[in-house]
Amino acid sequence: MASHGIRDRVAIVGMGCTPFIENWGKGLDDLMIDASNEAYASAGVVKDDIDAYWFGTAQSAMSGIALARALQLQNRPVTRVENYCATGSEALRQAAYAVASGAYDLVMVVGAEKVKDTGYQGLNAFPIPNDGTARTLTAAAMFSMIVPAYGHKYGVADETMRSVLTHIAAKNHFNGARNSRAQFRKEITAEQIEKAPKMAGTLGVFDCAGVADGAAAAIVCRAEDAHRYTDTPIYVKALSFVAGNGSGLIDPSYDYTTFPEIAACAVDAYAQAGVTNAREQVAMAEVHDCFTPTELVLMEDLQFSERGTAWQDVLDGLFDLDGALPVNPDGGLKSFGHPVGASGLRMMFEAYLQLRGEAPPERTIGSLAAGRKLALTHNLGGYPGEMVSFISLLGAERD
Amino acid sequence: MRGIISWGTYLPYRRLDRSQISAFIGQGGGRGTRTVASFDEDTTTMGVEAARLALRGIDTSRHSGPDALMFGTALPAYADRTNATAIHAALRLPPEIPAFDMGASVGSATGALRMGLSTIGDRLIVLSDMRTGLAGSADEAAGGDGAAAFVIGEGDAVVAEYLGGASVTEEFLDRWRAPGEIRSKVWDDKFSEITYVKAGRRAYAAALTAAGVTAEQVDLVAVAAPTARIGSALAGKLGAVKVVDDLTATVGATGAAQPGLVLANALEQASPGQIIALAVCADGAEVMVLRATEAIARFQPARSLAAQLDSGAPLAYGRFLSWRGMIDVEPPRRPEPARPSGTAAARSGDWKFGFVGSRDTTDGTVFMPPSRVSFDGTRTDEMEPAPMADVVGTIATFTVDRLAYSPSPPIVFAVVDFDGGGRLPIELTDTDADEVAIGGRVEMTFRRLFTSDGIHNYFWKGRLIRG
Repeated sequence: MASHGIRDRVAIVGMGCTPFIENWGKGLDDLMIDASNEAYASAGVVKDDIDAYWFGTAQSAMSGIALARALQLQNRPVTRVENYCATGSEALRQAAYAVASGAYDLVMVVGAEKVKDTGYQGLNAFPIPNDGTARTLTAAAMFSMIVPAYGHKYGVADETMRSVLTHIAAKNHFNGARNSRAQFRKEITAEQIEKAPKMAGTLGVFDCAGVADGAAAAIVCRAEDAHRYTDTPIYVKALSFVAGNGSGLIDPSYDYTTFPEIAACAVDAYAQAGVTNAREQVAMAEVHDCFTPTELVLMEDLQFSERGTAWQDVLDGLFDLDGALPVNPDGGLKSFGHPVGASGLRMMFEAYLQLRGEAPPERTIGSLAAGRKLALTHNLGGYPGEMVSFISLLGAERD
Repeated sequence: MRGIISWGTYLPYRRLDRSQISAFIGQGGGRGTRTVASFDEDTTTMGVEAARLALRGIDTSRHSGPDALMFGTALPAYADRTNATAIHAALRLPPEIPAFDMGASVGSATGALRMGLSTIGDRLIVLSDMRTGLAGSADEAAGGDGAAAFVIGEGDAVVAEYLGGASVTEEFLDRWRAPGEIRSKVWDDKFSEITYVKAGRRAYAAALTAAGVTAEQVDLVAVAAPTARIGSALAGKLGAVKVVDDLTATVGATGAAQPGLVLANALEQASPGQIIALAVCADGAEVMVLRATEAIARFQPARSLAAQLDSGAPLAYGRFLSWRGMIDVEPPRRPEPARPSGTAAARSGDWKFGFVGSRDTTDGTVFMPPSRVSFDGTRTDEMEPAPMADVVGTIATFTVDRLAYSPSPPIVFAVVDFDGGGRLPIELTDTDADEVAIGGRVEMTFRRLFTSDGIHNYFWKGRLIRG
């Protein structure tokens, strides 16, 4: 894969993030206004300072007008971005490239989703006219197929697999309980997780991400300008994206224990950032834990664990808040909630807080103090066999 | 020599024990079982299944297959548009072969069989029906669902030669149902019985004369009638050596499918040289007389009626009521599917109806749905059709979706690897959640996934191969 990357050429200098909740009282416009105003304030800029906008929403609105009208932008370019659940990350990727190209000096990325106006459970894609032969399964069902496949391939007993998934769910709820913006702020016990009603396969309610409304925003400029806006800019080390060709759905050699799109994306991202040993070099990761088995497999695709060993690392606490490589210190999709267009930026928001030393003490990770320097965000969309993958690496220091 | 070249029968997998009915609703029911079309079946899909088996049974060295398709049912899935065209598409018959619906009554469906036997040309006759009524009604308990199909033509592939037949047409009020009604009504059972027995005897005598055989020469009589009582009353008056089981105790009275099912039941038992008479009571009577040929000795139905009678699984009466729309069950809180696009469906007809994927002519990769571009992206339009409907596969992994929309949740779903190449993640039907396992074998079946805006969304599902 040929990508040059834009390591250390752009920086995030301000961010905002609304609470992710079932927000019956606020519409899409309210959420975008709240996240944007927080981001302007954090960078110490006003609306007029921003040259261009990228607006990510999966299906809450169409076109840049939705953002321009909500914020009453004055003759600014606004690009609406959609790339499944990686929409927010993709919006930032495009904005960062525009800045790196020199086309603009200061840009803003807004990701937002108003999920809970549908009246339905879970996430629902709007129907594109089709021949009626497409699958109609839920995401939970598609990802649940990982569980028997992984256990079978690596000889992990059903009860052990259950303990691994339970550990992931409990960890993310533990972290989310320490996050005032998270949708679910309660620690939950193994017993609660394992006795929850089943949704699909062996996955229960607590194996599934929360579904919430929310918005997040980021202000991006060239790295050399970053100190004009803040003393603690966050530098973009890598931005990688892979859109899968859907081959896993029809290729009998695909075994549902890995996401090849993500493994390829990770190789590219680490090359861009100069990472040679992710397990030892990455300080924290915000990953797309849409379902507990997704997070398990991601630990291997992101090279944090050798193939077939992530389940052991999970049980050993490697990815816990106090572990060597904390994963989803903000609670992840699991307990922070998943407003699709906002989630990718929400992940960066946690990296931004942790790298700047602004996370509250009760969920400040120890790995940065221990000398690790990089935060990773990973955002996927789609299903096993057919997905898009985004990975960023961020750092507080410019090499 | 003209007659039956091949036949196929289809009984849906689910069986309702009639004793459940009175226990639940306080009336109706009875002894024995009836077949129940699944929530994703209709007369068209059952017709497809029977016709697939009939086509599979053709001795292709002796017969080239049908040149016309005629479909008879009393419960057509569509009015105004032809239902036989969906069967035609699922069977991948060439466009030059016409496909017609024959009325919407038992008598007209029987007429398709009679006309097929007594006229010219190579015919595929498909008879299919679903019978139900209000909860606790006689039709609900005594009815049944199923389909039968016959390939009819000339030559030494004929397994049962048509000797002759006769009709007695009667305009009288036996049963009736206005289009769109969920139940048929009956004027008077006794009146029907007397009228049918009289018409049936008359037609039987005339048919034997036309066939040039005496009553003593008839070895097997198959009777199809609106009720078991009428059928046995007529059978008792025909003086036949052997009356074959009319299937009413196990399958039920299957309306337009019943003449085909009881005839198939007789054919499965027939030895070369035996004379078979089929008597049908429907708005009068039709009688057809056939003689089994030497070829019947080597004919093996692709899936025998006897084997299908022995398989099947029980269905709870409550679920039966929900499948038939008599009880509305709370659906998952998910959006109902949008109607399929007519134009998109037309473009993908080979896939949607025929289950034809594409096979890369260079590396053999099978694409489902078909692809124009090779796996590695380097070659375009170097594909050949890959017909997959009759290919079986193995479950690579599976899940049960309790949240997704389905007319009958939960959805049992598997990733199926087809023998000889090709993979498709697909819904399984006629399969309980606790039956599915990695390594299980799966065959394909044509189903109605859902109906939206009055459009029936037909496509294929997997079905466990048992035993």
